[in-house]
Amino acid sequence: MMTANRLRAGATVLLCALVIVSFVFAEESGRAPAKKDGGSATVEPLSDADSMRVQGEQRFRANCGRCHAAPQKFPPRMMKTVLRHMRVRATITDQDMRLVLFYMTQ
Amino acid sequence: MLEQCRKAASLRRQGSALPGLALLVLLGMSAWSVAQTPGSSVSSDSSPSSDNEKPVPILSGSAGAFSFVTAGQNLIDTQINPVLLVPLGDRWLIESRAEFEGEFQRPPDGGPYGGPVTKHVDYAQIDYIANPYLTVTAGRFLTPFGIFNERLYPVWIRALQPDPLILPINTADSDGAMLRGGFSVSAHANLNYAAYFSATSIGIDSVDSERHVGGRVGLFFPGPRLEVGGSWQKTLQDYRKNAFGFHMGWQPASRPLNLRAEFAHSFEGSGYWIEGVYRLSQVQRWHKAMRRTEVVARMQQFFTGEIGPDAAADLGLPDVNTRETDFGVNYFVRDGLKGVFSYGRIFSSEGDFNQWTFGVAYRWLIPLGREGAR
Repeated sequence: MMTANRLRAGATVLLCALVIVSFVFAEESGRAPAKKDGGSATVEPLSDADSMRVQGEQRFRANCGRCHAAPQKFPPRMMKTVLRHMRVRATITDQDMRLVLFYMTQ
Repeated sequence: MLEQCRKAASLRRQGSALPGLALLVLLGMSAWSVAQTPGSSVSSDSSPSSDNEKPVPILSGSAGAFSFVTAGQNLIDTQINPVLLVPLGDRWLIESRAEFEGEFQRPPDGGPYGGPVTKHVDYAQIDYIANPYLTVTAGRFLTPFGIFNERLYPVWIRALQPDPLILPINTADSDGAMLRGGFSVSAHANLNYAAYFSATSIGIDSVDSERHVGGRVGLFFPGPRLEVGGSWQKTLQDYRKNAFGFHMGWQPASRPLNLRAEFAHSFEGSGYWIEGVYRLSQVQRWHKAMRRTEVVARMQQFFTGEIGPDAAADLGLPDVNTRETDFGVNYFVRDGLKGVFSYGRIFSSEGDFNQWTFGVAYRWLIPLGREGAR
């Protein structure tokens, strides 16, 4: 019983810590100045639509291609719903989701 | 043996179908009302967008018809798996998937095909995207143990239609809450995680439940397109057993190749599968047909655990150590529609069998409202 209580308390503390850490990181990244794009995993807002499209295609192939063949493009309202679903299901990052959405709706 | 496992898995899923179906109907009604209300709570994502770019509720899903011929005995499997997606505001998503499946066989003494038609709600969950690092999920959800159950299960996605032998290990649906997310940890790596608690009711006439906690962590390297990760789950009653697993996936950028593997170890048994999928798009001869064709090979092994043969059959696991090798070909007629064929050889102390599979899988996507301009 003691072990069960300890485990439950530990799990609760861990989950609370996870939530707090995520909000702290979100707050920090919201304040942080825009950095140069250092590689394929980090992307900052780009003014160049072509560049965003190229990066979006790369993210599309890297993320979506992990599980299934490339689907056709759908209208923007549908793509937004599909990508929100895939963000949760495939735990793709917020940045990847935005770039893939841009690529899939252009 | 495999039919027994498949039937047991289906029966295991039937128990709590009614509450889930009721929830599904409610979700459908909410989707309809959201779709019909002009300027309703369905609003744009956080990126600036015009009104006609607000996310629209979607009825998606897949359907399939397959023939599994194992040791000379034919099983016809037909299924429809509707998926409902209802976005609410900028941060919410209600999503659900149901499974309606018919499995038909000839009786041993001859006669027409017959068999059970089962229904099941795979997931009915509400997601709140709290921030770029965290999504909170509540309801019934797919247990994030390994990658097959969450990502590869739908018939239009999976490369081989027969389930991996280790699929029933720790992948029964979870009812509870989950925290998950994915974010960049460096310029070259993304981390994804899920942590959950579940208390699944296992009896209609009792208050019994099966409680467990668990999690999964994965690292994805977008450059080499490599993902590695691990899963863990602890059951909180009876033997309070631990289970763990590992997974990997690799899609080299230079080749249309997709390599995946999973390992799982638990009280009920352990095993692994390794699968390679190669799209023939680089073959120049008959290029038009070849680029729509993929070849698949999978090798897997299962080792029995500390439960008896009956309990294993109830879970949908083989009751003896088993090896299986499969080869398959998929042909994509068009986006969302593919023909499948595979041959497998199953080796166990109960005998060695051939398993032939052929059929079609289809995926659809229907907007429940104005879809907006392309």
